Amino acid sequence: MNILVYLEERNGQIRKPSLEAITAANALGGTVSAAIVAADPNALTEQAKKLNVSQIFTASDARLANYSSRATARAIAEIGKQAGANVVLIGATGRGKDLAPRVAIRLEAGYVPDVIAFTPPSFQGGVGDDFVATHPVYAGKAQMNVRVTTGTKVFSTRPNLWKAASEVPAQEPSVQSGSIHFEDSDFAEKTIALTLSQGKLDVAEADIIVSGGRGMRGPEHWTMIENLATAFGAATGASRAVVDAGWRPHSEQVGQTGKTVSPTLYVAVGISGAVQHLAGMSSSKTIVAINKDENAPIFSLVDYGIVGDAFEILPPLTEAVAKLRH
Amino acid sequence: MNILVCVSHVPDTTTRINVAADGTAMDPAGVKFILNPYDEFAVEEALKLRDKMKGEVTAISVGADSAKEAIRQALAMGADKGVLIKAEKKDSFQVASMLAEAIKPLAADLILLGKQSIDFDGMEIAPMLSELLNLPCATVAVGLTIDGTKATVEKEVEGGKETIELTMPCIVAAQKGLNDPRYPSLPNIMKAKQKPIQELAGNPPAARTEIMLMTKPDKKRANKILKADGNPAAIAQELARLLHEEAKVI
Ligand SMILES: Cc1cc2nc3c(=O)[nH]c(=O)nc-3n(C[C@H](O)[C@H](O)[C@H](O)COP(=O)(O)OP(=O)(O)OC[C@H]3O[C@@H](n4cnc5c(N)ncnc54)[C@H](O)[C@@H]3O)c2cc1C
Ligand SMILES: Nc1ncnc2c1ncn2[C@@H]1O[C@H](COP(=O)(O)O)[C@@H](O)[C@H]1O
Repeated sequence: MNILVYLEERNGQIRKPSLEAITAANALGGTVSAAIVAADPNALTEQAKKLNVSQIFTASDARLANYSSRATARAIAEIGKQAGANVVLIGATGRGKDLAPRVAIRLEAGYVPDVIAFTPPSFQGGVGDDFVATHPVYAGKAQMNVRVTTGTKVFSTRPNLWKAASEVPAQEPSVQSGSIHFEDSDFAEKTIALTLSQGKLDVAEADIIVSGGRGMRGPEHWTMIENLATAFGAATGASRAVVDAGWRPHSEQVGQTGKTVSPTLYVAVGISGAVQHLAGMSSSKTIVAINKDENAPIFSLVDYGIVGDAFEILPPLTEAVAKLRH
Repeated sequence: MNILVCVSHVPDTTTRINVAADGTAMDPAGVKFILNPYDEFAVEEALKLRDKMKGEVTAISVGADSAKEAIRQALAMGADKGVLIKAEKKDSFQVASMLAEAIKPLAADLILLGKQSIDFDGMEIAPMLSELLNLPCATVAVGLTIDGTKATVEKEVEGGKETIELTMPCIVAAQKGLNDPRYPSLPNIMKAKQKPIQELAGNPPAARTEIMLMTKPDKKRANKILKADGNPAAIAQELARLLHEEAKVI
């Protein structure tokens, strides 16, 4: 099996979901290669040489200075053909979820989005490379095992579920710079700006998240949420109720109409646990809730819960966590 | 402006999901279906643009007869007409292919979708249409401005926003925040019943994926509930200890 993993760049670095996809690829077995598509692929290529891949394919064009999903999809698909890839993996980031279906169409491949697990053929008496991919559906209320029936298969992998690749290759991977012929129409869409909210860890990328809900009573009490988040080294999240009330920005909203997250630890403070909120966080590894109502639905989903007043629990909890982490 | 809006008919967000007897699909018994919530943002955007620039809004759906209800909802919001592509759909590739076939002859200036349908949460159709129709596309749009032959989209991404420029005609998939969808008024709900829905027979290509099994997640959680009962500091200590020693997450 030949697996090609696309390496997404942000701020000059390979993004973590791409490194996780490398780990997922190596776990599937076979030969793993990486694809880099950029105006200038050199910096990323140097980083990729330290990854456990056998080959690195690069494609470049000055016009890629403005990211274009279409142009990038064309390049990944062309590289996939050159590399004889039967599997293409792309981290399911904002860009990745837009790229992967395009690559699938270009390769006439079946596609499974937002995969949370692969089951290799050996576990199901399967034939050839026909492993199945699991992806959550109905906002996490169910999941499906899906088999791709085409020869070439494309998957996007949900962030935070695999370890970021850190294994060094036995042999430095070889680098192939391909020449891809782009069409003008590939650049009929282009990203002219990426504006990042400065210095704040995003919920979609965080390993630990502390979220607050209406139980926090007002934005003026958010320093308590922020202090606990700082003690954990966590990002802050929010329920829709507090986003709609204007207490927190939409970018922090977790749930069906916000972000889907799967951190190692999710702490819900003053959040009742409506299905639309659970939809965004139920695949978190460990879930903690603090709520004064012992019948709050969130308690049915937690690993640990405290029935009590958040205003009394948060300060000593912040102190205890800070002590353990230092 | 000739605007198409792709709409899907999906189980209501609060539905309890039960797996059907064959183990590969949801059991539809007793499930209420609605217009996909993200498609409401797409319909609203289409109506706003039509009212500003003149033109026509067509709501289009692939599915069984029942998908007409999603189209009717779009008509009740204010869309002018509907198209139902009648077909059984097995995967997103089939849906995107049938939509592309039907859309090609319609010479649309703008194709709007929701960012995802809340059944399989795929986020696949818009980028697939982009490739099948050879049109530029931007997804997860929280802002859209159209200026002659150019569209500018604000796309929500992890940690911030991207600004994407597209040449028209183009495809845009709506995220919450793009606008505030209107509620259909009673007179408009009545009027919608008179609006035309054209029916086309879908001709799906072979599916590229196959659902082997649908299950409900069975993750077992420790579910240890501690009561603060007048001693919050001690309970906070105990929680920190459990997270450190038992869950090993700090
Ligand atoms: C189509 C649709 C999409 C939606 N999408 C989302 C989404 O993406 N994300 C989302 O979160 N919601 C979403 N919702 C809304 C969702 O249904 C709930 O309304 C929302 O999650 C409630 O937020 P909350 O838990 O903060 O508030 P509430 O439900 O009001 O809960 C507040 C909780 O705080 C507790 N509390 C009060 N005081 C204290 C205290 N002193 N200490 C401790 N606990 C206290 C209460 O016991 C209560 O359980 C959506 C709804 C719809 C219809
Ligand atoms: N059966 C369908 N008919 C028409 N449009 C659809 C259908 N399924 C999905 N869509 C559109 O594609 C968007 C994204 O859906 P999905 O890729 O399935 O998550 C939806 O918000 C709809 O606008």
